[in-house]
Amino acid sequence: MKALTKQRLFWPVVALLVLLLGDLIASPSFFKIELRDGHLYGNLVDILKNGAPLILIAIGMTLVIATRGIDLSVGAVVAISGALACLWISDNPDGVGTTLIAFGLALGLSLLLGVWNGWLVAALGIQPIIATLILMVAGRGIAQLISDGQIITVNSHSFEWIGSGYLFTLPGAILISLAVFVLASVLVRRSALGLLVEAVGGNPEASRLAGLRSARLTWLVYVFCALCAGIAGLMISANVHSADANHAGLFIELDAILAVVVGGTQLTGGRFSLGGSVIGALLIQTLTTTVNALGIPPESIMLFKAIVVLVVCLLLSPAFRRKFRRRHAQPVTPAPSPEKVEVGV
Amino acid sequence: MTTLARVKGYRPQQRHVPILATLALLIAAYVFGAVQYEAFGSGQVILDLFINNAFLLVVAVGMTFVILTGGIDLSVGSVVALSTVISGDLMQKHGWPAYAAIAVVLVVGALLGAGMGALIHFFEIQPFIATLIGMFFARGLCYTISTEAYSIDNATIATLAQTQIPLGGELHISISVVVALVVVAAAAYVLVFTRFGRTVYSIGGNAQSAMLMGLKTGRTKIAVYTVSGFCSALGGLLLVLYKSSGDPLNGVGLELTAIAAVVIGGTILTGGSGYVLGTVLGIMVLGIIQTLITFDGTLNSWWTSIITGALLFVFIVLQRLVTRRTR
Amino acid sequence: MPEPQPMVRMSGIRKEFPGVLALDGVDFRMFPGEVHALMGENGAGKSTLIKVLTGVYGVDAGTIELNGDQVAFSGPGEAQSAGVSTVYQEVNLCPNLSVAENVCLGREPRRFGRIQWAPMRRRAEELLARLDVHVDVSAELSTCSIAVQQLVAIARALDVDARVLVLDEPTSSLDAGEVEQLLKVVRSLRDQGMAILFVSHFIDQVFAVADRMTVLRNGKLIGEYRTAEITPVELVTRMIGKELAVLEDLEDSGPSRAEVAGAPVLLSAEDLGRKGGVAPFSLDIHAGEVVGLAGLLGSGRTELARLLFGADHSDNGTVRVDGEATTLRTPRAGLDHRIAFLSENRKAEGLVEELTVRENIVLALQASRGWARPLSRRRQDEIADKYIKALDIRPANPEALVGNLSGGNQQKVLLARWLIIEPRLLILDEPTRGIDIGAKTEIQRLVTQLSGEGMAVVYISAELEEVLRLSHRVVVLRDRKVVAVRDNQALTADDIMATMAEGVQA
Repeated sequence: MKALTKQRLFWPVVALLVLLLGDLIASPSFFKIELRDGHLYGNLVDILKNGAPLILIAIGMTLVIATRGIDLSVGAVVAISGALACLWISDNPDGVGTTLIAFGLALGLSLLLGVWNGWLVAALGIQPIIATLILMVAGRGIAQLISDGQIITVNSHSFEWIGSGYLFTLPGAILISLAVFVLASVLVRRSALGLLVEAVGGNPEASRLAGLRSARLTWLVYVFCALCAGIAGLMISANVHSADANHAGLFIELDAILAVVVGGTQLTGGRFSLGGSVIGALLIQTLTTTVNALGIPPESIMLFKAIVVLVVCLLLSPAFRRKFRRRHAQPVTPAPSPEKVEVGV
Repeated sequence: MTTLARVKGYRPQQRHVPILATLALLIAAYVFGAVQYEAFGSGQVILDLFINNAFLLVVAVGMTFVILTGGIDLSVGSVVALSTVISGDLMQKHGWPAYAAIAVVLVVGALLGAGMGALIHFFEIQPFIATLIGMFFARGLCYTISTEAYSIDNATIATLAQTQIPLGGELHISISVVVALVVVAAAAYVLVFTRFGRTVYSIGGNAQSAMLMGLKTGRTKIAVYTVSGFCSALGGLLLVLYKSSGDPLNGVGLELTAIAAVVIGGTILTGGSGYVLGTVLGIMVLGIIQTLITFDGTLNSWWTSIITGALLFVFIVLQRLVTRRTR
Repeated sequence: MPEPQPMVRMSGIRKEFPGVLALDGVDFRMFPGEVHALMGENGAGKSTLIKVLTGVYGVDAGTIELNGDQVAFSGPGEAQSAGVSTVYQEVNLCPNLSVAENVCLGREPRRFGRIQWAPMRRRAEELLARLDVHVDVSAELSTCSIAVQQLVAIARALDVDARVLVLDEPTSSLDAGEVEQLLKVVRSLRDQGMAILFVSHFIDQVFAVADRMTVLRNGKLIGEYRTAEITPVELVTRMIGKELAVLEDLEDSGPSRAEVAGAPVLLSAEDLGRKGGVAPFSLDIHAGEVVGLAGLLGSGRTELARLLFGADHSDNGTVRVDGEATTLRTPRAGLDHRIAFLSENRKAEGLVEELTVRENIVLALQASRGWARPLSRRRQDEIADKYIKALDIRPANPEALVGNLSGGNQQKVLLARWLIIEPRLLILDEPTRGIDIGAKTEIQRLVTQLSGEGMAVVYISAELEEVLRLSHRVVVLRDRKVVAVRDNQALTADDIMATMAEGVQA
């Protein structure tokens, strides 16, 4: 049992299951899934579908955090990506071709923004939190610049698909996030990318001296993160048939960082878990759905989220577990843990 | 040595360069504005800057304490909003007298800050995460208390809000400005002349060493977050004076502006180095940019964020160059 | 004359950590007016004993008496207030604060809570003057050299009217002159009646300054001796538990100088230099040759080595590998030419502590293959097992987190990392620093063996005997400049030291 609790994913999974169980008790038909017109519907489907953008961003954010970085600009990239796509679609005749070009433009710009972040961090050596803060601050302004301060509404069936369309009975959004997750996992574990990213995050200078091209790796993770944010941005604006530069993806970077941390990856970099981040994202998404299902007033959703995340963070914190264990064990000499006398800033 | 020779031979200490750069930028911006727009040259423009941003200044001072220890406080915007909402609720809905409500708000802010500080110190949760949780918690409390904005109709508040303190000629400032300046002065004093203040710097310099030197780092860490919470609450109250309303949507993104002001003011994010005066200059820079854009009238509001972002970029690169040379 | 009362008496100290018995019934005592050296290999328990005394750890059994009263400190702050001050190896001060603050912070002169800056500066100046140090006390600590920072740390200890001063490896980062100054300070403090605990790997320094020694081995007390009653050889024997004849044999093994001089030139550096690092130098390294770099701290040995590897890039000059001109601007470049570099700072520049032994070992190899060609798990296990066995890495668990290993074993993991890529030139910067004598011997034996197999080695060490024992040629540096390149033919430590001091142009 102890070995099980030591598994990194234990607490996040438990928290998720507890939430789902609570939902089931409060609303017995919570888990019901229906098949209508060849499409799946249901609360669980909703969680996966509405959570797809967050899952995508959490995946990208995981790799960035693993290199001891952080990307605060993903919300801004979401807004910019949506704005550019909608701008193109609204200016051009409706059709699959237009939509594909819009996607291409949006994702291309997202890639460029990732390159910008990567340049600041890898080439100029600026602290990631402050480097990505620049784009976070300026980004919404850029999105508004693109949309000329308006909310651009579009009415394109093919564009809609990425947000709410279906393929093989499953929502397209779920398929896309699943595909990205699988791609990322394969890339990370089958290649040496996982080890190299963990080394760079664990000790950047040692990795450089061991011959790692840290700069290249750093660049790669920021570009990947921005790309994920770009895809998420397309999903989000497709869902609402419009681009709102002010509100698209608001706070999503915070949710993503929480998802990653709750999923067991530490902000200090090193070991990471893509699966953990996905579970973390699902946990956060489930919170929203739970709130609706249980009839908790929507105003309380933030409060609810804060409490759940706090509980999981405490459970994950070794310091908390130590204090908890001490209260239940024999009185031990009041000594801090052997190896380090950390102050833990 | 003659004055001229002393001026010519002046080589600023390495660590003062960022703040001097901010000052230079501020002066340049003011001169630019004064040249471009006639009305800009009046002294009231500067004073208006303080009047409009007094609440932000107070919040940023609290943030400075936290950043000096190498931490960060993402909850400030939400605590500001919470303060306005609680004020509105107590005074408007329950008819409490103003000063009682003010006391409650300040206590709540300080308690929230202390709570986050405790999470950070006792449970070793990273400041980013702990204050992020605090942000959601405070914002959540806001929405639970009230989902909409409403104006506050209290006599004391109205008087405090509308009093103009004349400074001679046509110039005047508001009470908020006085409060903000008192806070700045108190903060500067504490950081230079008290053991608590020096411990703040020591934690930012090397937290492990500070502890081994026997300094009360745990207490100090919790205290800086309490200070930040208190300042956010006070800032919220000043915002109530400014807008005479309580609004749960207040202060969204405020923490970013506060952090930007602190960074532009020359304080290094890793802690241990920086001055409250720098934060004041940082606020003024942000304020002047906003004013310039308003005066211009042709630029859309979103240019503020783009220019702030660009400024941030310039200052960060500057900081980087300075620290690289000292290494 | 009756023996004076000990200032500190620790009896029957027992301290256990998960899986490790760090101290097993250790007795230890310190007398006022005496320098007492605590000796033992890494892992013997010295550092644990100090942390127990200063309250960083609690004890599982045993008592501590300070001046006759039983004490149990709950933290370094409490120990300090009771008069026990510690100066750690990594100077534990705040570099962003001024010298005066570092001396006085926490006890600064105040009036109604307000710090009096001028009196504080004066007090700091007085305390430093007692140690014969005169610096600008308003300057930031980071602008002072490590030697001065250490003295500032001692001054801080004095400010508390310490009765017991613990010095943990105080001379590791000091040059000869600074060491002398420090030892002078230690003697003067001792003469003023302070009880001083001195921990150091440098046996000559210990014999120069200590009055009494206690030897620990594997957590047990071996004995307490007066300095006058024990010889260095006896001391070392008691520390490692066996005779030290092994090292003598090394001198005669390995390829001779003549063999090596005739071997092909592997790397030829011409006018390599870097501003702020080392002045332009030229050096040829032959296959199978061991080139030792000797010099005082700060003389530029590490900077020179880094240029040969590509850790730093040179301002100008050329490098030829196997006769072909090339540039070494990044570690990647060096590694592509099969040059490897073991940094002296294994924590900051060597290990990735949260990764396992296996992952640390294969890191450089994997990096050279790029991320697209991963080593299979099976291959990684093979490599890890092979080197764990070859270098006797303990614990022999490839999945152990490398951060939990002792210094000596961590060093071996790093060595394994470089050996795997089969370098033709291996640069070792202080490979034996801070590790126990057993491991030191093994590493030196390894160097001789590799040289015999045709690998060129650049060997940097502050211990001249090591350099002399292993090198075919010795490069002497002074003040960031190469001042001599000598063949190791009847060269002695005194010769080298003379060269370091005077700077003969080779």
